[in-house]
Amino acid sequence: MSDTNNKDKTTRRDFISTVTATVGVVGVGAAVMPIVSQMNPDASVKALASIEVDISKVKEGQEITVLWRGKPVFIKRRSKEEIEKAQKVSLKDLKDPEEDKARVKNPEWLVVLGVCTHLGCVPIGGKGDFDGWFCPCHGSHYDTSGRIRLGPAPTNLEVPKYEFVGTDKIKIG
Amino acid sequence: MSEYTSKPEEKFEPVHTNKVGGSPYKGVVGWIDNRLPIIRMFRHEYLDFQVPKSLSYFWSFGGILTICLLLLILTGISLGMHYKPDAKYAFESVEKIMRDVNFGWLIRYAHMNLASFFFIAVYLHIFRGLYYGSYKEPRQLMWIIGIVIFFLMMATAFLGYTLPWGQMSYWGATVITNLFSAIPLFGESIVTWLWGDYSVGDAALNRFYVLHWLIAFLIVGVVVFHVIALHIVGSNNPSGIEPKDTRDTVTFAPYTTSKDLVGMLVFLLIFVAVMMYAPNYLGHPDNYIPANPMVTPAHIVPEWYFLPFYAILRSIPDKLMGVVAMVSSIAVLGLLPWLDFSKVRSSVFRPIWKQCVFLFVLNFFVLMYIGGAPAEGIYLLIGRIATAFWFAFFFILAPLVSLVEKPLPMPQSIHEFEDWKKQGKIKVFQFFGK
Repeated sequence: MSDTNNKDKTTRRDFISTVTATVGVVGVGAAVMPIVSQMNPDASVKALASIEVDISKVKEGQEITVLWRGKPVFIKRRSKEEIEKAQKVSLKDLKDPEEDKARVKNPEWLVVLGVCTHLGCVPIGGKGDFDGWFCPCHGSHYDTSGRIRLGPAPTNLEVPKYEFVGTDKIKIG
Repeated sequence: MSEYTSKPEEKFEPVHTNKVGGSPYKGVVGWIDNRLPIIRMFRHEYLDFQVPKSLSYFWSFGGILTICLLLLILTGISLGMHYKPDAKYAFESVEKIMRDVNFGWLIRYAHMNLASFFFIAVYLHIFRGLYYGSYKEPRQLMWIIGIVIFFLMMATAFLGYTLPWGQMSYWGATVITNLFSAIPLFGESIVTWLWGDYSVGDAALNRFYVLHWLIAFLIVGVVVFHVIALHIVGSNNPSGIEPKDTRDTVTFAPYTTSKDLVGMLVFLLIFVAVMMYAPNYLGHPDNYIPANPMVTPAHIVPEWYFLPFYAILRSIPDKLMGVVAMVSSIAVLGLLPWLDFSKVRSSVFRPIWKQCVFLFVLNFFVLMYIGGAPAEGIYLLIGRIATAFWFAFFFILAPLVSLVEKPLPMPQSIHEFEDWKKQGKIKVFQFFGK
């Protein structure tokens, strides 16, 4: 019963309590981690993360949609007017200001994720007030550079990581 | 020397780890009841239980909801024996249930329509609470538990709707899970974690199936809490006055049980009529098109019971604030016991609050209409006004009316209330005559 007499001093019991609590917290953490982690995409999902697309048959003004990571990607071969329109827009008129130049590697080709940045619907091409895309779900309008111009979406259509492979192929991812 | 050994023996407190006994029953029933007192508990809480004698049919919805929940679980277990939670086979397996499985069509239509009728009953149940002040002291916690059940219902209804893997399932799942992307900083990672992929797909469908089951049974658990709380605080009643003596009450059996049975039968009759004659009326035809991640349907709408909240989401032009508004539009109900601090419970004696509750109901239907209409022009404007009114009802009208309203003269007891009713001094809601 000597422990009860010197309460301010660290005792063997305090030490054991602290060690037990620490091991307990680490143990619970170690047990929770795999349970949480199992819900994230696994390596096989991540391995499918890049595709190559043949663009040799796409004509000027045409747009193709390909599936990448379960999401549609719009590949658009823009016409001269569309490029001009996209480049002329003043940054002041944009909700998410970004130069058209910063969104393309070659002004003729616009590559964007076909996923509305509002709640994930697929916008429809050639519709809307800005001749780019229009999202039917909640009415977001995108321009010919895939930039948000009107509606609830907070940001421009995302540009995925891609590169040109030779002259007629694009590698996405 | 320890202090314990010096204490005289007679000062020790007796302990009762063994509580066997006390049952009023004899024989086998008594033997069981002495060891597991559920039989006397059932008698105490369901047979001899005293309830206010003025309860109207509006008080049948608790029982109706219990029946709906049990039927949903029963039909759900049956469907689970045939459904395949795989993006490749889900749609087909539902069609197989509809065409091949014995009575599969009936079981699926029952499950689908029960979900809708569960919401109809819950909305009437909540209306009852609003109109008669059932959320007030001492029933605040019970009310809050009810709101928790409502949130869980919405979650499991949403998850269940994704399972047939039609176009509405797929795009509903995409839109709703994307609500989490509105969370600052971690939004995108949370959504990827929820999906287990970079889009809604096979991984998401599989876990939605598991969660649909899990939450269904969580609801059962929380309903048990709701009912335990009810049996502590007792039922409110149309007069809003607490019962004082046996002139004010009847026993649960046979009075309430028989009245509830009538309510349940009428409700189930309407349910069966809709299920048999218009099984897809409350659904959306686009959900019979298999899920296609490349094409969003031109006009996507959630199930009818989500429309008012969907309208609130869409009426706020900012993504994060829209989500916050939608969630808080329901959560705000939990504050009502404190925002409405009038001492009078029942709207029968609250002339101004009564009008406010009717306006709230009207506004609910306006939002429901707006939620199903395209988000543009005049609809957007009406949606914004209706959203503003929704919040004004709680934050402005409730406290303001509590302050300025002069309640009508009230009877002293429930039996006096009944007398007043007979004399025509007061008018109350009644479904069919007296």
